[in-house]
Amino acid sequence: MGNLNYRVVVFFFAFLFGIVFSIPSLTQSFSNDTNQTKDSNSTGKKITLGLDLQGGLHMLLSVKKEVALESKLKSIGTSVKYMLEKEDVVFDNLKIDNNLVTFELLDNDDLSKVDKFLLDDFKNVVVKKSKITEGTLYSMSLSEALITETEETAINQAVDTIRNRLNATGLAEPTVAKQGKDKILVEVPGIKTAEEEQRIRSLISKPAHLQMMAVDEDRANRVYSMTEEEAKQYGDVIFPDVDNKERKYLLYSVPILDGSMLTDAKVGHDQKSNKPEIHFTLNGQGAKIFGDFTENAIGKRMAVVLDDVVYTAPVIQTRIGGGQVQITGNFKEREAADIAIILRSGSLLAPVQVEEKRSVGPSLGADNIKASSIALAVGFLLVIIFMIVYYGMAGVIANFALIANLFLILAVMSLAGATLTLPGMAGIVLTVGMAVDANVIINERIRELLHQGSSITKAIEQGYNNAFTAIWDANVTTLIASVVLYFYGTGPIKGFAITISIGILASMLTAILGTHGVYQWILPKIDKNRLGFWFGIKKEKGAK
Amino acid sequence: MEVFKHDKAIVGFMKNAKKVGIFSAFMIIASLVLLMTKGLNYGIDFAGGTIVQIQYEGKAPIEKVRETLTQNKAYNGATVTFFGSDSEIAIRTKNTSKAVDSDVSDDMRKLLAPTGSFEIRGVDMVGPSVGEELRTKGLLAMVFSILGILIYISFRFEWRFAVASVMALMHDVTIALGALALFQIDVNLPILAAILTILGYSLNDTVIVFDRIREGIRTIKSTHLDVIINESVTRTLSRTTLTSLTTFFVVLTLYLFGGEVLRGFSFTLLIGVVVGTYSSIFVASPILMWLNFSVSGFRENEAAQVKRQKERDKQRAMYEQGTM
Repeated sequence: MGNLNYRVVVFFFAFLFGIVFSIPSLTQSFSNDTNQTKDSNSTGKKITLGLDLQGGLHMLLSVKKEVALESKLKSIGTSVKYMLEKEDVVFDNLKIDNNLVTFELLDNDDLSKVDKFLLDDFKNVVVKKSKITEGTLYSMSLSEALITETEETAINQAVDTIRNRLNATGLAEPTVAKQGKDKILVEVPGIKTAEEEQRIRSLISKPAHLQMMAVDEDRANRVYSMTEEEAKQYGDVIFPDVDNKERKYLLYSVPILDGSMLTDAKVGHDQKSNKPEIHFTLNGQGAKIFGDFTENAIGKRMAVVLDDVVYTAPVIQTRIGGGQVQITGNFKEREAADIAIILRSGSLLAPVQVEEKRSVGPSLGADNIKASSIALAVGFLLVIIFMIVYYGMAGVIANFALIANLFLILAVMSLAGATLTLPGMAGIVLTVGMAVDANVIINERIRELLHQGSSITKAIEQGYNNAFTAIWDANVTTLIASVVLYFYGTGPIKGFAITISIGILASMLTAILGTHGVYQWILPKIDKNRLGFWFGIKKEKGAK
Repeated sequence: MEVFKHDKAIVGFMKNAKKVGIFSAFMIIASLVLLMTKGLNYGIDFAGGTIVQIQYEGKAPIEKVRETLTQNKAYNGATVTFFGSDSEIAIRTKNTSKAVDSDVSDDMRKLLAPTGSFEIRGVDMVGPSVGEELRTKGLLAMVFSILGILIYISFRFEWRFAVASVMALMHDVTIALGALALFQIDVNLPILAAILTILGYSLNDTVIVFDRIREGIRTIKSTHLDVIINESVTRTLSRTTLTSLTTFFVVLTLYLFGGEVLRGFSFTLLIGVVVGTYSSIFVASPILMWLNFSVSGFRENEAAQVKRQKERDKQRAMYEQGTM
């Protein structure tokens, strides 16, 4: 039959391509059952449903940079103290205040020695000196470069840590990514209950700063009458007990060791009571420090401190070698498991805070899918019926292009791994309305030419010719608007821009090239005496 | 089926240009007044704040919820409205919280426990800094898309076409924004998407008409722009109306069936489709007139271009034949 031509062949393959690659997405049937998506992973690439359709938690977090900077300054303070002591320099009043590390050098003979190690070992630190009555006052601050670096490290480390923590929970496909310069995007699909969400939030928020600290036994009995300021003067800190906030411990502020020396953390059970406890393993260095410390501190207490709360503070009975340590406490099973996860994943250099949060319950997501699918189906049907009623066979051909367009949008989105959001669904619905535009323009042009008495062949060829520039210019302008929207939009709105853009591009292929090919193909079949049937024109004897 | 008869007489659109201009000016002024007095009702995406969506088993005890919230200091200024059905409510507050591990939904669960059995279906919280960022981005998106379109149309047509189409665009967007202010619809991100879609859509319509005018300038003998415009607009009338109708259908189905979340979005689009169609038929072309577009000038320009091209081709041909 007819004139097979390259256009119709391209259209046919585009159609086929659209159907084949949208099948995996369609068979997942827009269900929000995340288990099902996991099972059918092998069948091919699929469209990801946005959180607004499948339900889940979306959070935009930021890092408390000032805390990261403060702790950077603290570590500089510690190293300066270490170096000064190592070099036998006499100093006084080492303080960290107002974003400055300051100390007084008492003997000016040491100046060159101090200057040398400050220059060698403290890169990117701005050092200022000023004369005081006896000696020199040093003040050190972070350089711009170091500030930027510290902030960047804090955020990158937060991204890694949160990702590790969420991955360790075994939840379905959480996304953790840096967004822009200083934000962290966290998306967890498929959360079903408030408790689940609560658990995820607490997993994210815990700094998980683990420290082993020695109890200051000399002053321990004065802990309840001591202020924090007073404790600071002795180089101590006061931390509360995890179970009973009234109970307090006085601890040396410099820890014996911290979580950075940890290699593993697991949940174990107490042999007698079968209560859950957390077992962790220290690395070689940690095990040595821990062994040495316990050897010298028999009879004293050592506190296991997590995020400034004392979990346990047993009296050391004997040297503990091998680097195996337990935290006991009144844990629930789930809580113990989560603490183990957090300890394994590492600590946050600085705490995170929420800038934006969107949580969609599964029932709401399902409602959104239902509503937008109904809108799509009804809108699609209305347009299809309208085209057939108004244009006859020409409308049927246009409808084929429209169906191909829908499949193509789904196929391209599946292959690109794009996310379908609620506004994205709206974009598809809108595309249905706008994609037929090209065919309306073409059909009107063909009718015009037929009325002027052109032959069918000429009417079709010229109709497509005349219509082309208009369709092209109109589509490009819409495309400009949607591309801009893509770059400036966020989340769901990006989804809208994506579906509209793909829809427009696909309509160039289906509505212009595709339908043109179909006409050329079936041209011999078109009966010039039945223009009403073919083009919906009433005047049946118009053409010559 | 044919609604627009081919042999239908050419409509004298330009005769009524003044009346249409006055009507449009009135609509724009009314919109601006609305925007200045009532103002846009920024939703949480742009203003920051929290919305909690709650579904009760059975009818939501909205009065009880309001009462409970007014008694609580933190949620004193919260507004409570039905959301989509009478079992669902939305609680809007200006409060935001930065804490990761506690949140408004936890508060609500405790606070509202005495009001009945319910499920918290969704929480949206946008902090002030994010809201500001989204506002800036939204504005930039508008500016850049208008700029991009302006450049493209100047390149494809002529600067007067570009200016006229952008003016028609502003006309549409202003009126759509006026409608948003009039009905005090929450302006959130989807509304921005709708406004940008109106940009694209209204332009789409205008470009089709302008394309026909450009064609008319070449094929119609008259040098009077109004004659050319009348004929071109008449010729595209069927297409403009039909496409607007199909788009209107689908947007209407979105409005009716698309659910509460898309209601503001589809409402904005409905207004946009109507105004965009009106402006591309009645507003855009007269602006071309007022900008002193000269048909003969355009033709001379085109002729000169063709001539230059021919000259170049001739020279190239001569060069290739070695005669130069």
